Amino acid sequence: MKRTRAIPVLLLSQMGMVKGKAFAKPRYLGDPINAVKIFNEKMADELVLLDIDATQRGSVLFDWIEDIVSEAFMPIAYGGGLTTMAQCAELFSRGVEKVVINSAAIENPGLIAEVAARYGSQAVVVSIDTRCNLFGRWKAYARGGRKASKFSPVELAQACEALGCGEIFLTSIEREGSFAGYDLDLLRSVTSAVGIPVVAHGGAGAIAHFAEAVNLGGASAVAAGSLFVFAGKDQGMLISYPGQAELAQQFWGLTKQ
Amino acid sequence: MIVIVDYGLGNLRSIQNMLRKIGAPSVISGEHDVIAGAERLLLPGVGHFAYGMERLHERRLTELLQQRALEAHVPVLGICLGAQLLGRHSQEGDCAGLGLVAMDTVTFDRSRLGPADKVPHMGWSETHHAGHPLFAGMPDTPPAYYYVHSYHFACDDPQTVICEAHHGYRFGSGVQAGNVIGVQFHPEKSHVYGSQLLRNWVGMEFSAP
Repeated sequence: MKRTRAIPVLLLSQMGMVKGKAFAKPRYLGDPINAVKIFNEKMADELVLLDIDATQRGSVLFDWIEDIVSEAFMPIAYGGGLTTMAQCAELFSRGVEKVVINSAAIENPGLIAEVAARYGSQAVVVSIDTRCNLFGRWKAYARGGRKASKFSPVELAQACEALGCGEIFLTSIEREGSFAGYDLDLLRSVTSAVGIPVVAHGGAGAIAHFAEAVNLGGASAVAAGSLFVFAGKDQGMLISYPGQAELAQQFWGLTKQ
Repeated sequence: MIVIVDYGLGNLRSIQNMLRKIGAPSVISGEHDVIAGAERLLLPGVGHFAYGMERLHERRLTELLQQRALEAHVPVLGICLGAQLLGRHSQEGDCAGLGLVAMDTVTFDRSRLGPADKVPHMGWSETHHAGHPLFAGMPDTPPAYYYVHSYHFACDDPQTVICEAHHGYRFGSGVQAGNVIGVQFHPEKSHVYGSQLLRNWVGMEFSAP
């Protein structure tokens, strides 16, 4: 049976772990190292760490990231504030498997080709944050969803694939933290336009949403924040991850891949 | 002491973390005398094949690794790119490898992949083996490992293959030639399946041929 990845996304801010809704109102949840330890015990498939302050701060907190990563016995992708090859090299040497490039994919796309040439395509994830603009057109946003680009998510995904990116991490800004399910039309538009894996992110509220993202959206993997760190919509914090049997019954077993 | 070979590529720290977890001391080094004195050599690697070989040549590690593996019969474990480098040649960069295992590294045959089988092959795959000691004592059968790769091994002799995974088609994902073992997946990032595999490797005895 093919196992499809279900990936917890941990948002980092102010030396803690946070979670908000639609890229706003981040709420402090605790120490990410404790979360990583729980995800280890529950054998999570992979973790994505995103430092949501890094671009504005203009630096990557390497020592802290290394402390978090040294507790993780699953693959780790890190994103936040990455603008240079040297930063990416430093992260790989400290135990990160993949770098997640977001604003730089729009502002300095040459970085994708540079990192892919040295570390391979599989080590380069491009995260695309997207929502509809006032004219109803999908646009990719840089700088934590604050700065619109001229690209549609499809155009940006295709350009990044051509530069050597190995995976697209596609986030619906409006769905983030909503528990309403993934935006399947958005997913389909991107998954049908590229040959590389696309990870669905933004909106997962139940395991049932995972299979939809794969079967109807064409996603190669699914990611979620709130679902794995809250007990439910508008409820308290509870770090959880489904067991292998639960995933097999409610997720991979139902996928058509 | 296990030496994790530092040639400027790879997730060295992750491997050391996992070895520490299982109580196996290791050092990360690219120094010739440290590598020459190693009881076991672990060749990591994440990245481009030709770039990896260039780094090995640049540090004059190619001959040293060949000598340790073939003449001193030091146990070698290659992981991911480090495993591919053990072969003769890769299509990635059309480049010669260390030649320790009778295999080449080839790209996924896209004509045999289904529409949902993307390249790179990325994720957890059940890994089938025929009772190889590297997989002794796993909590589940078959164990699942984390894979991230665009190229895979192609062995001359099927006897060299010690395990297989499926991505569009079955491919050999682990190889052994005497004291030299290579795995395409990442044991250091595969939870209990990975820690058990590394524990098994640390305990494996290899008789000189």
